[in-house]
Amino acid sequence: MAGAELTLGHYLAVSAALFTIGVFGIFVNRKNIIVILMSIELILLSVNLNLVAFSVFNGTIMGQVFAMLVLTVAAAEAAVGLAILVVYFRNRGEIAVEDVNVLRG
Amino acid sequence: MALIAFYILSTVVVLAALFVVAARNPVHSVLWLILTFFTSAGLLVLIGAEFLAMLLVVVYVGAVAVLFLFVVMMLDIDFVALKQGFQNYLVVGLLVALALLAEIGIVAAAATFGGGETFQPSPGAATNAEALSKVLYTDYLLLFQMSGIVLLVAMMGAIVLTLRSRPTVKRQNIAEQVGRKRKDAVELKDVRPGQGI
Repeated sequence: MAGAELTLGHYLAVSAALFTIGVFGIFVNRKNIIVILMSIELILLSVNLNLVAFSVFNGTIMGQVFAMLVLTVAAAEAAVGLAILVVYFRNRGEIAVEDVNVLRG
Repeated sequence: MALIAFYILSTVVVLAALFVVAARNPVHSVLWLILTFFTSAGLLVLIGAEFLAMLLVVVYVGAVAVLFLFVVMMLDIDFVALKQGFQNYLVVGLLVALALLAEIGIVAAAATFGGGETFQPSPGAATNAEALSKVLYTDYLLLFQMSGIVLLVAMMGAIVLTLRSRPTVKRQNIAEQVGRKRKDAVELKDVRPGQGI
């Protein structure tokens, strides 16, 4: 952190913290699939932050284009994930994901 | 000045993200998630990536977070039971998280940052959105179209998954209604006096 100005390192630090919190959230909320999905959103947000920070600090616009793609995929993933969740709740009446082992041989 | 704003915003982001995973009520989690997205949009504005920041607000806060809120409120779930295992997984989760953070820190420390960084949110254009649009519809056209296809497939998937046809429910069939002719509906009966049809 050289001097009193914004650097790439600042953004990478925030992004790393967000990523870690996301992974931590997946681990501690093993039962609650809604919070797991939200943790995945946090991880994707940290990826986006990384892409945009690299893009801006390196002077290439490419990273922001890829950030848009990640945003698209995140939105699609949230929609399909929540749809699966709704169907699961309709069939089982609960959403405890620890009990999801029907497909296990 | 930008540094002070950065520190305030990043503190809010990290705290809000922590509350997302730690909140007891998923509705509160979603609200913290909205705060996280909103504040990270602020972080993006700080380095001049305004278009992505607005996109973050529109897509995440406007669509994804509301979708989450909708599902959380629609499903009638015993949230207390879902939080039961929190203490058990806390130690393992913390260990994994700390290991991850340490690894990222090691890599970040090993890489040489600083020097050669040019702060350019909009290279080759006047504004950030202009710079993005210059390449988005030319160099990255295929990527752009593919993201459209991804969204289309996701939309169809969500509809197919959640649509259910219940045979007991009567539905209006517009084509049948409109296609009905006079001879299908009205019939002239010659009723003799004193007798039924």
